[in-house]
Amino acid sequence: MTRRPLIVLLWLLLLALCVSATLRTRFTADLSAFLPRTPTEQQALLVDLLRDGVVSRLLMIGVEGADADTRAAVSREMAGNMRRDPRFASVNNGDGSHAEFERRWVFDNRYLLSPTVTPERFTADGLAAAIGHAIDLLTSSAGMLVKPLIAHDPTLETLSVLDAFDGGSGPRSADGVWASADDRRALLLATTRASGADTDGQQATIAALRTHFDEARRALGAGDVRLLVSGPGVFAVDARDTIRNEVKRLSLIGASLIIALLLLVYRSPTALLLGLAPVLTGALLGIVAVGLAFGEVHGVTLGFGITLIGEAIDYAIYFFIQGTSGARDDFWRTIRLGVVTSLCGFGAMLLSGFPGLAQLGLYSMAGLIGAVLTTRYVLPSLVPTGFRVRDVAPLGRRLVAPALAATRLRWPAAALALVALLFLWQQRDRLWHHELSALSPVPLAAQQLDAMLRADLGAPDNRYLLVATADSAESALQRAEALVPALEHLREAGLVAAYDSPARLLPSRRTQQGRQAALPDGAMLQTRLQQATAGLPLRPQRLQGFVDDVAAARAGPQLDRRTLEGSVVGLALDALLIPQGGRWRALLPLSAPNGGAAHDGDLDADAIARAIADANVPETVFIDLADESRQMYAGYLREAWGAALGGVAAILLVLLAALRSPRQVIALALPLAAAVTLITALVVLAGERLTLLHLVGMLLVGAVGSNYALFFVTARSANGLPRPETLASLLVANLTTLCGFGVLALSSVPVMHAIGVIVGPGAMFALCFSAMFAARPRDGSTTP
Amino acid sequence: MKSPARICAAVLALAAFSATAAAPWNLDALMQTLAAAAGGRVAFVERKHITLLDAPLVSRGEMRFTPPARLERLTREPAAESMVLDGDHLQIRRDGRALDLQLRNHPEAAAFIDSIRGTLAGDRDALERNFALSLAGDRQDWRLDLLPRDAKLAELVLRIHITGSDGRISLIEILQADGDRSELRLTPIDDSE
Repeated sequence: MTRRPLIVLLWLLLLALCVSATLRTRFTADLSAFLPRTPTEQQALLVDLLRDGVVSRLLMIGVEGADADTRAAVSREMAGNMRRDPRFASVNNGDGSHAEFERRWVFDNRYLLSPTVTPERFTADGLAAAIGHAIDLLTSSAGMLVKPLIAHDPTLETLSVLDAFDGGSGPRSADGVWASADDRRALLLATTRASGADTDGQQATIAALRTHFDEARRALGAGDVRLLVSGPGVFAVDARDTIRNEVKRLSLIGASLIIALLLLVYRSPTALLLGLAPVLTGALLGIVAVGLAFGEVHGVTLGFGITLIGEAIDYAIYFFIQGTSGARDDFWRTIRLGVVTSLCGFGAMLLSGFPGLAQLGLYSMAGLIGAVLTTRYVLPSLVPTGFRVRDVAPLGRRLVAPALAATRLRWPAAALALVALLFLWQQRDRLWHHELSALSPVPLAAQQLDAMLRADLGAPDNRYLLVATADSAESALQRAEALVPALEHLREAGLVAAYDSPARLLPSRRTQQGRQAALPDGAMLQTRLQQATAGLPLRPQRLQGFVDDVAAARAGPQLDRRTLEGSVVGLALDALLIPQGGRWRALLPLSAPNGGAAHDGDLDADAIARAIADANVPETVFIDLADESRQMYAGYLREAWGAALGGVAAILLVLLAALRSPRQVIALALPLAAAVTLITALVVLAGERLTLLHLVGMLLVGAVGSNYALFFVTARSANGLPRPETLASLLVANLTTLCGFGVLALSSVPVMHAIGVIVGPGAMFALCFSAMFAARPRDGSTTP
Repeated sequence: MKSPARICAAVLALAAFSATAAAPWNLDALMQTLAAAAGGRVAFVERKHITLLDAPLVSRGEMRFTPPARLERLTREPAAESMVLDGDHLQIRRDGRALDLQLRNHPEAAAFIDSIRGTLAGDRDALERNFALSLAGDRQDWRLDLLPRDAKLAELVLRIHITGSDGRISLIEILQADGDRSELRLTPIDDSE
């Protein structure tokens, strides 16, 4: 063995570079991995909303335990603390401070906000009708709501605005703060200053929330109250923690198992350490490559690193066991072919528009190349002179008999694979999970807590949106206003229960000017009021407050985005009027009528899309976010299929080119196909629905399994089996794969679990089937 | 025309009278009498005297009370309107539109409405939650005064007078802190008509 110190030096240098680059790499666990790289307009919006939208900054909070009084006191105390904390953009616990402010604000700005402020309304006839109606209302049961307004607002513009608000009633109150319907929790709703995509910021804010709760609890001496928190930020933080912890825990378990196994086989700590060198190199290179290409590394990708331990260590195993023996060239030829087929499989993933998948692909490719190059060029230089691992040929020889005996199971195994295939075919409609949430790393319990708090709070899910985009906030608002007639029609037709619009909070300047112009000057208003009140029990002298307010509104400043900033109204506006790359988006959430013709809570999307198209407002789209995310997932799945099939085709082509024998290629591919079919059927039988990660797993079984199969089909011995050392190394490699991926199957993170549960057992099946179909127990002479 | 049912009712009323006649007339007795008579329909005329306006606002219609917690007020004049209070939920419908309120979110409105509902139901606890009660007069002609307990409520309501005879309420008068006043006159509707 030739020693090349220069190579070792270069390798160490590379390692050092990789380590320093890794330390500077950003790791994320947010939704970005699940969002497309080249989104459609709708998808881009979905992504924006999920990442940065106000919905992504929502924290739903419950205080549980003790009695109602204590919970209410804790709610008030912590809300007070939170309102002083700049990390929270808004905090609402239903104590009325919001509603009071909002009512006051609406009253103060009624002549700019009210859709009923028109020139006709302020003619003598219009005033007579409006004031007559107000007096009618005074007479009514709702009179007490109207009476405080009438002297300053006899046309009840305040109610016109509040009517248009119609934002739902919110949760019920107990002891002056929000409480759940079953009175077991006090409720709060907060928005964070940090965006939903800023997981660190979210984490800090949630930690601050817990501190505020603890302080409130201590200050009030309330021992037995508990804090419940949910929301997209909580999910992101928890997911990151879960992934981080699981990656740590599972890597540790997987690595311990593999190390134990290798020690058992090698009986040499030196060999073990050397064997880990390619793994380490591969893992680091993978992280650096992904970090460079994507700007950040997703936690899931990192989780995948565990599996690379199982894969990359194979090369060292093959090298120690086979590569140091006689048939070195044969060995490297086979390894090279195996690496190329694996690269084909992973390369297919690299082309995916699903960043999560592309990261996995790149990580694996870089990792494999790093591992195999380290094995080929660095490892020989690191091996101490005279180093030999324990001779495993005896182990290999002991494997020959069972391998030959297993051929008797050939046809039962084929039948089993066929049955599995039929089963999958029969189940084809129920095989796949169709929701993007299938990829969500959020555990079920957390999803249930979220649903509970969401129902308690009646928090918006903003499923249906109209989005009007324009070059300025002003024209986006004008477009939102232009949609109102169409929306009113839809509401009257019962197709939409309610809608919201940023123009409700901030009318466009044009509209505000129009409303100001509709107001008559003081003298004219006095004259018209005289005429208008002639037949009414209300004398105009009593309406001086009204005359003064109209004069002030007429000459006063308009509402402006900047003047609203930071206020409750400004925050509500931020949710509906969003700057995006120099342009502005006006969001108009629609809510579905309950018990309508369609399914409960579903909108007739086609009718709405038609009505909106007819309204002819430029750059306006109707979006069903649930449908959009389903379609996005369906797109990923289609793409993953394309990637998988393309990968398989590429692998087969490579093999055909290398082996130059279609028969051999088929002999290699069939056992792998059978293995994939069998493990998939078993997973489905166990009640799992397949996601695109399962599909990736299948591709990996092919990629890993083809390495095993290659050793079999290229074997030149009479019994069809590779040499005993090779056989032993295959068994060891297979066991390490089983450890690496099998441990991953224990993960509660669906993405990691799916790959683990398919590849761990699948690789084992692949080895068994390959051996079964390759061995030739009786007729050893018909070697091709 | 005396139908057997009417005779029956008269006998029952007499029996009830003789059973309670001996008992002293106090708040508990009033509440028991009101509770026993609770339910059914009455015609109402409401006059609201609002200082801002030159003339009182008059509305007429029918009220139905279904113990323990459902109160309907169907206004016929000057405009058709229905108000239904059921438990904590208040719904006002007019002009084909509905206004839904949770009473506990509007404590002031709740106090008004609870005073009426509580009296109709003879629910002393409900009344005393918001008001201090004092009773004057005798069984045939009693007058119940409700004084707000709570300072916030007192900013709105000075006092409420309720007058009646036996289990029948004839007038509910609300004096508001701003000088406005409303009178609600109730007359029984003969169901056999």
